[in-house]
Amino acid sequence: MAEAKYPTEKLKAWNRAKELRLMYYQNYAEAHDKGGLRYGGGAWTFDAVPAGLGEDVYPITSEPYSASIAFDKELSLECLEATEKAGYARDLCAYMRNYWGSILLDKYAFNYDADGNFKPRAAGGGETIGFPKADFLWQDHICCSHAKWYQVISELEGGIPMFCVDNAVGPASELTDSKIKYVVDQLNDGIQWLEKVTKRDYNDELLYKAIVNHFRSTSSWARICELNKTIPAPLDEKTMYSLYVFGTLHKASQYVADFYEKELLPEVEDRVKRGIAAVPNESVRVMSDTQPPWGFLKVFRYLEKYGCVSVGSLYTFGLVGQWEVKEDGTWGPKTIPVTDPNDFSSREEALTSYVRYELHKPEWQHFYHPKIKSDMMIRIAKEWKLDGIMLHYNRGCEGLSVGIAENRLALQDAGYPVMTFEGNMGDEREFDMARTMARIDAFMETLGVKTA
Amino acid sequence: MITAGIDMGAKTIKVVILKDGEIIGKSIVIGGLDQKKSAEEAVEKAVAEAGITRDQIEKMVATGAGRGEVDFADSDITEVGADAKGAIKLYPSARTVIDVGAEEGRGIRIDSAGKVVDFSINEKCAAGAGSFTESMARALEVPLEELGPLSLKSTQEVPMNAQCAVFAESEVVTMVHNKIPKEDMARAVHDAIASRITSMVRKVGFEKDVVLIGGLAHNVGFVKSLEKDLETEVMIPEQPEFVGALGAAIAASGGA
Repeated sequence: MAEAKYPTEKLKAWNRAKELRLMYYQNYAEAHDKGGLRYGGGAWTFDAVPAGLGEDVYPITSEPYSASIAFDKELSLECLEATEKAGYARDLCAYMRNYWGSILLDKYAFNYDADGNFKPRAAGGGETIGFPKADFLWQDHICCSHAKWYQVISELEGGIPMFCVDNAVGPASELTDSKIKYVVDQLNDGIQWLEKVTKRDYNDELLYKAIVNHFRSTSSWARICELNKTIPAPLDEKTMYSLYVFGTLHKASQYVADFYEKELLPEVEDRVKRGIAAVPNESVRVMSDTQPPWGFLKVFRYLEKYGCVSVGSLYTFGLVGQWEVKEDGTWGPKTIPVTDPNDFSSREEALTSYVRYELHKPEWQHFYHPKIKSDMMIRIAKEWKLDGIMLHYNRGCEGLSVGIAENRLALQDAGYPVMTFEGNMGDEREFDMARTMARIDAFMETLGVKTA
Repeated sequence: MITAGIDMGAKTIKVVILKDGEIIGKSIVIGGLDQKKSAEEAVEKAVAEAGITRDQIEKMVATGAGRGEVDFADSDITEVGADAKGAIKLYPSARTVIDVGAEEGRGIRIDSAGKVVDFSINEKCAAGAGSFTESMARALEVPLEELGPLSLKSTQEVPMNAQCAVFAESEVVTMVHNKIPKEDMARAVHDAIASRITSMVRKVGFEKDVVLIGGLAHNVGFVKSLEKDLETEVMIPEQPEFVGALGAAIAASGGA
C-alpha cells in the first residue's frame, strides 16, 4: 500500500444516501397500500411529467433497479437464466435481462426481514416478495433497447399501458426550436394519456415544481463532480456510484434535489476546503467509462493499493449531471434556467424549458457520433488532471459502449495511456476478475506506480 | 550480481539466472497442481545448471499468471513488463513484442528504452492463445510438435470462420467430413490464431522490429501465418519461452 499523503474520513451523507435509496424502493413497493400509483420507466425518462399526477406517484427506474439485481449475484443469475429460458438472447442488454427476469420469477430485489424491516434481498431479508407490478409505463427512447424493453414488460405483466417519448433528436450542438417542439408535443400528448390511464386530473403546479427540482438535482450533481477536479479528489468513483444513482432514480423529486443541493454538495465543498481525500494515498488519477461490472466493485478498491483514484467518468458525471462551458473555457454545472416554480406561466413554457435543458445531457450526445464523446472525455482528462483511462468494454450495454473503441484511439492520440477490459455491467458470467486485476497490474506498471 | 527471474506460466514454469547480465542457468518444468513445489523444483534445476548455490542469488523476481504463488521471490513484475525487458535485452531494435503462451496472447509496444507504451491482451477467448493449437492438434489427431511442419505442406487456404475455440473444433469436424486435407486444416488453425493475434497487435499500433516470444514461437506454421498477416518478418529468440523469465531476472538486477 502506497503511503498515505492526505487525511481521509467517511462521507457523512453516506448513511442518509442508503436510507433514501431504500425509501425509494419501499415507496414503490408500498404505493398501493397508501392509495398511490406506481410506474415503471427508464433512468432517463422525463420523470417531472408524471409528478403532475400527485405526490403519491412512485417510480421504479429500470437501470438502477437492474444494477441492484446485478449486485445480488445469486438473484441476478436466477434472473438471467429465467430470461434465457424464456427465449431471450443472451447478448441483449444485461440490465434489461435482469429486469425481465425479476418479473418472470416474480421476485423483487428488496423484501422485509423477520422484524418487518425493508431491506435489499442480498442484505438478508426474509421471504422474497413478488415484483410490484406497475400501473403504467412512462419511458423515453434514445438507446436502442429502451422502447422494446418496456414493450416486453407490458406484455409480461399482462398489458400495462405504456407511453414512450422519442427524444433522439440529434446532438445538442444542432438543437433547433422544431426539435424541441417535437419532444414537447410528445410530453403534452403524454400528459393527456396519463390523465386517461390513471383517471386523475393533472396538476401543473406539481409539474413546475418537479421541473425545478430536476434542474436543481442535475446541476448540483455536476457541481459535486466538478469538485473532484481538486487534488486530492474528495470523492472516488466507487462512492460516486452510490450517490449519482439518485439522479437516475427520482431526479425530479424534492428529496433528491434537496439531498444533492443541501446535504451532499455542502459536505463535498467542506471536504475540498479541508483537503479531505477519498483515497489518502492518491498519487495517480484515472477515469473509467460506462457502467462498471456491478458485482465486482472491488476492482476500484484494488486500485487504491497503487494509490490510484478513479475520479469519475463521463458516465458518472454526465449520465444525469448537466454541464456547460464556462467563461474560462472549462466545464462547470449548467446554469439553471428557472429557480422558482412560480416563474413558469404555462405548461407549454415549462415543458419547453425542461426539454431544452435536458436535451443537452452529455450521455445522450455520443449516440450521434463518437467524436462528441471523445471530445468530452479528453476535456475531463485535462480538467480533472488524469494520468490514464480505464475503459470498460461493456458487453452488457450497447448504448453506452457504442463507439468506445473510437474513444480509445482519440484518447491515445491526445496523449493519454488507455487500458481496456472486457466485462458486463449486469451479467457476471462475462467478467473475468482475475484477468482484469492482471491488466490493472500491468497498466499501473506502465504508469510507473508500485504497490509498496 | 547474481539474480533470478521465475516465470509462473499457465502450463510451464521457467527460471533464468543471470550473473552480471549474462545467463548462467535456466530451467523449465511443467507446473503441476502444486505450483509452489514446481517453482521450487525449477529454481533448484536452474541453480544446478548455473553451478551456484541458491543462497548466492541476491534477488529473485517473479512474473507470470501464477506469480502470487512464489512467496520466496523478493518482488514481482507483470508479464507485460517482463516481456518488454527481456525482448529489448535480446533485440535492442525491438519496438513490438508478441507473446503467445498457453493461456494468453499479448501484444506490447515498447520504446527504445524498453518502456511499455501500450499493450493488449486477448480476452477470454482461447483462440488467441497457445492452448488452441493443442485442442486442434487433438482434433486432427496430430502430435502437437508436428502441427506446424504439417501446415507448411498446405497447398490451399481454407478459411476457419469460427472466432471461438469450441466452435472451431466443430468446424474441423465439418472439414474432415468435407475431406479437406489435414495439412490445409492445420494451416487453417494457424491462420485463425494469427488473425486474432494480428488484430490485437494492430490495436496497439505495431512498429518494426517485431519480436515473437512464448511457446507458440516454436510453431513454424503459426510463425508463417503471422508473418503473412503482419506483412513483416518477426524475430524469434533461440528459446522464446524464456524471455519472460529473463525480463524478470533483469528486473531483479535493477535493469531497464
